[in-house]
Amino acid sequence: MNEVELSGYSLKGIIKEVLRYKVGIFAIGILIFLILLSIYAVITMPYEKTIYMWNNSQLWLKNPRNAIPIWWSIFIGKKLPTNINLSKYVKEKHISDNPKRIEYIYSFSYNYDEFPPELNIFFKSNYKKDPPVIKIYWEKPNGDKIFLLERSLRGKEDTLYIQNIDKLENVLASYIKEKVGYYPTYPLTVMRGLFVDNSGNLSIYKGNYKLYLDVTFNDQNDTINIEPILYGLVYGIAGTDHLRRPLSIALLWGAPLDISFGVGAALSITILHLIFATISGWYGRRIDFIIQRFTEIFMLLPFLPLVIMISLFYKLTIWKLLLVVILTSLFGTGVKTQRALVLQVKNLPYIEAAKAYGASNMRIVFLYLIPKILPPVIPNLVISIPGFVFLEAILSLFGVLDPTQPTWGRIIEDAFQNGALYKGYFYWVLEPSFMLILTAISFAFLGFAIDKIVNPKLKEM
Amino acid sequence: MMVKESPIFKGYTDEQKRELIENRVKNELKRRGLDKPFLIRSIYHLKNALLLNLGTAMNMTSDSGSMQVKNIILERLPLTILLFTTASVINFFLHLFLGLKLARKYGSFFDKLVVYLSPTSVIPGWFYGIFLILIFYSWLHILPPGGFVDFPPPTNPILYALNVLKHMILPLSAWIISAFFWGIYSERNFFLIFSTEDYVEVATAKGLPDKEVERKYILYPALPPIITNFALTVISSWMGAIVTEAIFNWPGLGQILSRAIGLFDAPVIVGVTVIYAYLLAGTVLLLEFIYTLIDPRIRV
Repeated sequence: MNEVELSGYSLKGIIKEVLRYKVGIFAIGILIFLILLSIYAVITMPYEKTIYMWNNSQLWLKNPRNAIPIWWSIFIGKKLPTNINLSKYVKEKHISDNPKRIEYIYSFSYNYDEFPPELNIFFKSNYKKDPPVIKIYWEKPNGDKIFLLERSLRGKEDTLYIQNIDKLENVLASYIKEKVGYYPTYPLTVMRGLFVDNSGNLSIYKGNYKLYLDVTFNDQNDTINIEPILYGLVYGIAGTDHLRRPLSIALLWGAPLDISFGVGAALSITILHLIFATISGWYGRRIDFIIQRFTEIFMLLPFLPLVIMISLFYKLTIWKLLLVVILTSLFGTGVKTQRALVLQVKNLPYIEAAKAYGASNMRIVFLYLIPKILPPVIPNLVISIPGFVFLEAILSLFGVLDPTQPTWGRIIEDAFQNGALYKGYFYWVLEPSFMLILTAISFAFLGFAIDKIVNPKLKEM
Repeated sequence: MMVKESPIFKGYTDEQKRELIENRVKNELKRRGLDKPFLIRSIYHLKNALLLNLGTAMNMTSDSGSMQVKNIILERLPLTILLFTTASVINFFLHLFLGLKLARKYGSFFDKLVVYLSPTSVIPGWFYGIFLILIFYSWLHILPPGGFVDFPPPTNPILYALNVLKHMILPLSAWIISAFFWGIYSERNFFLIFSTEDYVEVATAKGLPDKEVERKYILYPALPPIITNFALTVISSWMGAIVTEAIFNWPGLGQILSRAIGLFDAPVIVGVTVIYAYLLAGTVLLLEFIYTLIDPRIRV
């Protein structure tokens, strides 16, 4: 074992020294960014509410599914559609009073380079006996008005998924056939049929569209609330997942969860190792023997399979898992290396002096020995943090961790489960990975910078 | 056997039927040893685990159709060892060679580069694997995203081996990239310490060629700790293999574990954990022997 020189740095001194290195500034900069992100997440989105929102799929119905982040479209060089809530552009027109008949006209312009993926119309109506009957028309920019369908609502709350109504494909195909002269040569879907131009190619007709909803009520007092949404391909700064949830929530909340998990595990394990090592080195004899044998046993435990097994059998939450991780690495290599340090320090004059004036064993262990061997331990502490952050990701990846927590590992797992790598939803994997890498790199660089300071032997090399 | 519907017990009253059921439950509990206290049960389990008496799986079968946990695991173990021992061996020689070179060219550009980039190794191999799949499969479409061989597998044994090799490229390179800088950095530091020894200075002063100094005066005395390092890397490679196998769909022990997790097949999960413990303990034991063989200073 290499002899580690014991330097006399205090914590404050270490931080001051770290800032003298470029790498140190870089690492601390990223770290501050992550901490600010965590604070922002905790303040703006209360934990309980976030967990509730994250696990409630009904809340997100009005978001696009698997939408890529807005900034991504800059790289593609195309103008990709965002969500358009058509109820903003509504005009009401009374047609008759008996029976009560109102026409809602939504006129909007569509100038994007891609077809929108979905058009859903959410109805909420209040009726006495029979639901209102709705006729839907679609007007293309050239003024052609196409009758799409007629139906009565199926309940007080009803949603019309326009892109899923197969019948419409025929309606739109015959319109295109009439215009172009032949049946469309490309595979036609409803959304393509709605937005394609009359050139015969699959290109978008840019311009002003109108959606007509002709509602015939059964009773004078019946009312209706319509919210048609034209879904986009891009959403927010982070995009959405397969359940239409905005990834930004999980990316933000992943920071406090993952970092506190990593720091919590690394800190408590290192402190426990430190205490065991000091006790083992200071007391010697039988206590030393017991602790060293325990350490050897723990070093032989297959850590990862064990943790996976425990968290699977007991359905652990992330905080209970933290406890399990600490318990399964209670003794480890740290105990061995730090005990060697204690043996070096043990016979220094100031300890002799403490013994001479009758300091108790506990006082010597906690006040004189541990502070002395702390500095060389700090780099390892910091460097071990990313390992635990990745451990969280591993456990999420195996699906053994609490699925309700919005962590980075969880997003990667969701992405994998839904074939993001094969379907081309790269943002879904890259965003949480980027955050993980940022965290890992910042802690690693910080740890290495501290290492250079507290172990000056390395600096000379 | 159904008691309530069975015609055999038709004449029984409800009371008698319930008694019959309770008796059967009690017998079954006794048969499985569940009536014993937890500690005693633990000793039984420990004994079974030590004797590799891993029992039968609940749902899973091995490729040959056996439900014995032992067979399921032993069938896949060679594949894990094939991939990850190869990775460890490649890493070992790569780090040794480049570390030695850098230690001799201390202070050069590459030396500094390695020192600065060494923290990138905190990112584990499987994580690099995700990016490699992204680049070489999803984007460039030149390498398979995972698996062991193409389906259907080639019949020609040479083509078969080449095909397996092709599937090994991505996982192997993920591991090599992950360990690259840190591995070289630590070997370099290690050799730097050894190359400041007096006998190395003497050898250089004598005018021995660089190669000989490297081999005889630096590498040879440093061998025991290097071997330890290697053995420990091999062990940890099998553990880290769990995730890499899951990512790359490599049909080894790790995949067995992740499938068992999916099916909640408790005996297999326990079995895999036991096998890992055995592998770990076995390697450490082997290490003790090797150590005494190569280091003459250690005597039993």
